[in-house]
Amino acid sequence: MTKLIFEKSCKNRRAPSLAPLKDRKISIAAKFLREVPPLLPEVSELEVVRHYTKLSQKNFSVDTNFYPLGSCTMKYNPHILQNLASLSGFATHHPYSLGDVSQGIRKCMFELQEYLKEITGFQGVSLTPSAGANGEFAGVAMIYAYHESRGDNKTRTEMIIPDAAHGTNPASAAMYGYSVREIPTLADGDVDIEALKKAVGPQTAGIMLTNPSTLGVFERKIKEIAKIVHDAGGLLYYDGANLNAIMGKVRPGDMGFDVMHLNLHKSFGTPHGGGGPGSGPVAVNKTLLPFLPFPLVDKKGDNYVWRTRLNEPQTIGRLSAFFGNVGIMLRAYIYIRLLGAAGLVRVGEYSTLNANYLLRVLQKRGFTVAYPDRLASHEFIITFKRENKEFGVTAKDIGKRLLDYGFHAPTTYFPLLVPECFLIEPTETESKQEIDAFAEVLTKILEEIKIDAELVKGAPTTMPVKRLDDVKAAKDMDFRWCGC
Amino acid sequence: MPYIPHTESDIKEMLSTIGVGAIDDLFAEIPKDLRINGLKNIPEGMSEFEVARLLKERAAQDQTGLCFIGAGAYEHYIPAVVLDLISRGEFLTAYTPYQAEASQGTLQVIYEYQSMMCHLMQMDVSNASMYDGASSLAEAILMAVRLHKNEKAKTILLPQALHPGYRMVIKTITKAHGLNLDTIPYDPKTGCTSMDALQQYANKDVAALVIAQPNFFGSLEDVDVLTNWAHQNSIFVIGNVNPIATALLKAPGKWGEKGADIVAGDGQPLGAPLAYGGPYFGYMCTKKENARQLPGRIVGRTVDKDGKPGFVLTLQAREQHIRRAKATSNICSNQALMATGATIYMSLLGAEGMRRVAATSHANAISLRENLLKIKGVKAVFDGQLFHEFVISFERPVEEILSALSKKYGTQGGFDLTDEYPELGNSLLVCTTETKSAEDLETYAKQLEDVL
Repeated sequence: MTKLIFEKSCKNRRAPSLAPLKDRKISIAAKFLREVPPLLPEVSELEVVRHYTKLSQKNFSVDTNFYPLGSCTMKYNPHILQNLASLSGFATHHPYSLGDVSQGIRKCMFELQEYLKEITGFQGVSLTPSAGANGEFAGVAMIYAYHESRGDNKTRTEMIIPDAAHGTNPASAAMYGYSVREIPTLADGDVDIEALKKAVGPQTAGIMLTNPSTLGVFERKIKEIAKIVHDAGGLLYYDGANLNAIMGKVRPGDMGFDVMHLNLHKSFGTPHGGGGPGSGPVAVNKTLLPFLPFPLVDKKGDNYVWRTRLNEPQTIGRLSAFFGNVGIMLRAYIYIRLLGAAGLVRVGEYSTLNANYLLRVLQKRGFTVAYPDRLASHEFIITFKRENKEFGVTAKDIGKRLLDYGFHAPTTYFPLLVPECFLIEPTETESKQEIDAFAEVLTKILEEIKIDAELVKGAPTTMPVKRLDDVKAAKDMDFRWCGC
Repeated sequence: MPYIPHTESDIKEMLSTIGVGAIDDLFAEIPKDLRINGLKNIPEGMSEFEVARLLKERAAQDQTGLCFIGAGAYEHYIPAVVLDLISRGEFLTAYTPYQAEASQGTLQVIYEYQSMMCHLMQMDVSNASMYDGASSLAEAILMAVRLHKNEKAKTILLPQALHPGYRMVIKTITKAHGLNLDTIPYDPKTGCTSMDALQQYANKDVAALVIAQPNFFGSLEDVDVLTNWAHQNSIFVIGNVNPIATALLKAPGKWGEKGADIVAGDGQPLGAPLAYGGPYFGYMCTKKENARQLPGRIVGRTVDKDGKPGFVLTLQAREQHIRRAKATSNICSNQALMATGATIYMSLLGAEGMRRVAATSHANAISLRENLLKIKGVKAVFDGQLFHEFVISFERPVEEILSALSKKYGTQGGFDLTDEYPELGNSLLVCTTETKSAEDLETYAKQLEDVL
């Protein structure tokens, strides 16, 4: 471990050019004031630069490593997005600046709303949710508001969610007080229609689905599912985490969904930032238009103006004090302008090509593919159930061993219904050669398991730390440097 | 093809390995009648150069002059080092640090972030960040309700002098939880939360009182009195503070006899650009005994199998990817990069640097207020103590005045309170930070006098 920045601190050392030099008179009564200054590091500017540069070098990232993390779409984030979003007219613009000096940014936001409508096949878009789960919350809230407007929100208390869903789906439904009814998936990866038919009823508020699903396959009976849920009076929520797979090929709005969120940080090239910020706009069909979270950007003549509660009395309200992660919206807007219509279609095509190619290569090399008879979407699942049984190695071990070879591990143990699994998403921005190299290494690890399983169980060995003790972390609850 | 590296021969080989004739065949499982043929209404792609020109034009359109707006987003100077370091690809393009061994950089930064926030707030535990101040405060309210021993405690006391946008977000996020969100009026003389109005809630089923310091008007609340009153009535105290102000003002952990129970608010003043409202980040801290009810990610220190120290995401049994419908929140992505920026910002400035930023912002506000009140037609609205924002009123509609300032000088004069607080008449909320020089303050006074 690199020493903590606190441990590099020297009393009275400062980087004074960064703060006002003069001390100023404070006209505040003593009872309001702080008695002891906060225990923050006292370090020079150079020490800060070195410390955080060195820490950054301990990370894997898209800029440095192949990062085939399923359902996360770790594609290349064009540097120009960062560059242009930092232009001073945008970056230093106060959110409450007057409208007539905010037309440039609002125009970008308005056009982004329009583009997202086209991409999703929906009639309305609100950009304001701050991330995917925040978008899910907005979607669930709109479903609730819809039932409330029809007077049956008291009886419609259940949200149906397939067992393969992202954890955020049930968590978002629960944030709005829904009880979650899980339905199973069939052996071929499609939703169990018979189970769905039994699950729906007058208590159904809606269903939350990802399509292509987290199993890496397209839900072929989607129209039938939509009919069953709609006939029961429920609505369909589309989790947009896997939109990358189908851009320009098929649209959630056309599949029969009523509402969805998009992850701009997945499908639209904005960086993940080590866990955020993302941006999770919501899109809706005509039924849900009145309920969109505000503000929305509207065009009046040549002017871009906010639509607020005054215009939309049925809105679910605000999700952010301002307008959400505008800087991320701007990056996604730039990404769409760079790629254009044809480029966006290629995203779906080449992410799908890469996934299917890697799947077949691994299959030929003896890996167990979870859904061998299906075409993959932009991601697919392999399972190490056999290796686990024969050699005692786990998917986690193999993931850690990949780190030793300079590849980030795919998503492990998700979805929960496939044992010892990898969910692999190469994305469209990786070359055939990089994908081949990954397959090569994974094959090599398979050999290592047969010769010396302990080597793999002991991985990683080349990282800044070896396998970390999660149990101790949860038990010790050491969440901060205490100053001693 | 932009960002797609495939050559013709790559594509051919890949298709042949898969055993299909064309890329389109890979979409064969999608029902035919659902397929679309390309995207309409989206322009053709542009070169990087062309896009840069377009965006520079749009950005130039929005370039303004001096900005005296605060109201929850503050223009502080951001040292070059902050933006340079968070633009490093290793921070910028990494995912959530689930693979701890390959993410020690981000994990250690977040541990340092949590440590700094704890020391700043004088609280025991901090999470790894929330979306923004408003959503963080809303989640803090839900957390207080979960923690409260009295299951009937469903009332939350929100000061009217809390950011109006925050109150709206709280309403949206807590809607399904059956809470009573009661608004506590402010004292029209001081702009501070009225103790008299609070008294009727003594010994009622109240879960939490939110205390904003400074409040939306920039006024300083008597946090000790409010905190003690709340605790005497078994009410949790949720502090909502400006983190820069906290370098100067009493930390929430020291409010009253027992300190605030939860602190939640916006971290934007710590090195996040204004960026038209985001991305910022929400912070949330609490006492150690409440750690298991925190929403969001938490980094913990542990050891590897050789006993070497390292960091992991921990207490994950609270989170959606493990606990699903029973999680403390649905939050997944947070604002890690902005928290990284805040960590670097706090390291660069240290306690003394932050205190000076706060003190200069405050002294500028005192000085500007004095100057503006000398202008004919400008009146003071409150007489309480203030941090770096204050309210003044005019005889004419504020909208006209702000528009004239912007059109004539490019100056953004403040936040118009007319819509949210009509009872204050033609009132304007003005903010100064350390970025304003003495000349800037004089310039603003002259400009305002001119347009009045």
